[in-house]
Amino acid sequence: MARPKSLRKVVKPPGFKGYKPYGASGTKGEAVELLYEEYEALKLADYDLMSHQEASELMGVSRATFARIYERARRKMAKALVEVKEIKSVYGHAWLDKSWFVCNHCDARFTMPSTMKERSCPVCKSFCIESLTDDK
Amino acid sequence: MKTLITSTEDKLNAAFDKRFGRAAWFCVLDESTGETAFYPNENINATGGAGTKAAEKVVELGVGKIISGDFGPKAKELLNKFNIQMVIIEEEDLSVKEIVERIKK
Repeated sequence: MARPKSLRKVVKPPGFKGYKPYGASGTKGEAVELLYEEYEALKLADYDLMSHQEASELMGVSRATFARIYERARRKMAKALVEVKEIKSVYGHAWLDKSWFVCNHCDARFTMPSTMKERSCPVCKSFCIESLTDDK
Repeated sequence: MKTLITSTEDKLNAAFDKRFGRAAWFCVLDESTGETAFYPNENINATGGAGTKAAEKVVELGVGKIISGDFGPKAKELLNKFNIQMVIIEEEDLSVKEIVERIKK
């Protein structure tokens, strides 16, 4: 039996469910499934411009595993573009670092236990807070 | 509600300790009276499980909110289970007193 995959930490899931080509003579075949961790790898390496080492530490996997995830992400993107396929975002082997909030006023980050009533910053009491993972 | 702030020394103008399990002291602020008390962390030199033990201590002290620089995965899990709020402040050169004042304001 293959060794189970260790979970990859994803800070923020993709803000889309998928992409569809337009102006094409009809999309052919199945959609390309982009896993959350592949999206995260692509984002960390090519959008946040992190080194593979930094990015792998953030996702909680080895550098080599990160490189493989990243490689797969790039190949899927290329495949979708060249073969005119839809892209769908699927959950994959991710665990979301959920329930963390950030205060836009004092930059403190905090969790919000379910027993909390007030939705304000625990340090400066500002209501200007934002979830780090918005569930869309 | 009681708030715990990790501290490097047992006085208010001590520097804020950014580690949780291996912080030297725990400063407990009672938000209703504004009083503070300091408790030493006995597990500062533990070889393992410092975060877990610190989390147990927090539960014992009846704290509802912890302010530190980072929380390990085990401490996080335990504190989540007990519905204790975790707060991360990443600023450099902060004293415990400054944090206490921010909360009181």
